[in-house]
Amino acid sequence: MSADNTAIRFEQVNYSDDGLHILKDITGSFPEGKITTLVGPSGAGKSTLFTLCNGLKSPDNGDIYILDRHIKNYNPVHLRQKVGIALQSAPMIKGNAYDNLNLPLELQEQQLSEDRAKELLKLVGLPEDYLHRNTKDLSGGQQQKLSIARTLVNQPEILLLDEITSSLDRVSQEDIEKLIARINEVYHTTIIWITHNLQQALDVGHYTWVMMEGKVVETGPSDLLNHPRNSAVQHFVKGEIE
Amino acid sequence: MTYLTLSITLIFVVIPLLLSKTFNLGLEKDTIIAAIRSIIQLLAVGYVLQFVFDSEHMIYILLMIALMITAATHNAQRKGASIKGIIWKLVVTFIFIELLTQGILLGLDITPATAQYIIPISGMVIGNSMVLAILFLNRFTSEITNQQDQTELILSLGGTPKQAIHRQLVTSIKASTIPTIESQKTIGLVQLPGMMSGQIIAGADPVQAVMFQLLILFLLLTTAVVTSILLGYLSYPTLFNDRMQFLDDHLEADN
Repeated sequence: MSADNTAIRFEQVNYSDDGLHILKDITGSFPEGKITTLVGPSGAGKSTLFTLCNGLKSPDNGDIYILDRHIKNYNPVHLRQKVGIALQSAPMIKGNAYDNLNLPLELQEQQLSEDRAKELLKLVGLPEDYLHRNTKDLSGGQQQKLSIARTLVNQPEILLLDEITSSLDRVSQEDIEKLIARINEVYHTTIIWITHNLQQALDVGHYTWVMMEGKVVETGPSDLLNHPRNSAVQHFVKGEIE
Repeated sequence: MTYLTLSITLIFVVIPLLLSKTFNLGLEKDTIIAAIRSIIQLLAVGYVLQFVFDSEHMIYILLMIALMITAATHNAQRKGASIKGIIWKLVVTFIFIELLTQGILLGLDITPATAQYIIPISGMVIGNSMVLAILFLNRFTSEITNQQDQTELILSLGGTPKQAIHRQLVTSIKASTIPTIESQKTIGLVQLPGMMSGQIIAGADPVQAVMFQLLILFLLLTTAVVTSILLGYLSYPTLFNDRMQFLDDHLEADN
């Protein structure tokens, strides 16, 4: 991965919560402009790593660099605009699809034009006439697509996706996989994607990180999942560790 | 009223005791404690007030108000124990309310600067402020706990702590002040306010009693809204650090 510029770099990062050592000595980097998948059993610390990347939490010690600049040197608001995150739960604010799409700009006292909002809906594969539909009337998959579109409003340079397809049917999963590949291709956005679906990691990701028990155990091109060196990872890819 | 007639009124304590016993409600102990406490507390307050009114010394008035604020803070802080530094936030709120209301009343010569007016009005204002503080803190802690995903969503999209907490703050302020506003809409129709009734029984002119009651009602409107807003704006910053991170461990619903 060293040939690429790095989007995010970790140097001996540790993080604990409630006395639990969740991330242990994380060192490594995510290459800029690529799709890196983050795989590993539940409780490996993948989601926690995301909250450190956009400054929702700070590590106990160690250094994190975002686009070669130390995370502490960013204003938290600017950092979070630059490093967008879409969550598995796809939380919606009360109102319709437009209210949700407008939220990132409303926070900056600006307003999203209807045309741009429709473009975003189209990009994520939602019909334009959904713009004024109450989010309560959208399916889980549609809310997930809307959540991704909302994250894109800030035009993030780095996009963190936390298990965004885990609750979706196969067709919606494929739609989102194509969408993410398209966003990466068109906008050259760096994408870091937590997924439980190893086939998805192989199909969409350029690189992969395997995390276990708070540690990064193996990194490299996604193909590593086909023939891992680490024995624990071998058990994991065979489905012997959940 | 004499002590003899007062002792006869204990019939009104005996009735609930008998009913509680008959229907196995288990309220006897609490009823007896409540009756004894109210007799001791109110009589003590009565004698203290008599002493303060007779002496007309400002220091006693201030001491009475300090006592009220201390008691109100002690009572309300349990509901907001999970908010860092809640005690001083409540003290600041109660002092501010007291200064604001008395400042207007005395400054504009609406009421005389005597213990007879300052103490009962302060009692009503601080007491009401305390109830509002409890209602607000109750709602605010549960809103924040239940809407944590909304707070984190807004922060993650580049919102400030104030923006992230805005909806929960407004909901809590509204929820805590609505009962005060609503109850004033039906006042006089459904119930005669306690103070007004007391004045009329004591022989005051009913129209004068109504005018004083209106003054109190308007004061309580200000008290309600100012208490909730002030407490809200003093409380929310402690839920975040200077990196605009939500400190979820600072808040545990305790209700």
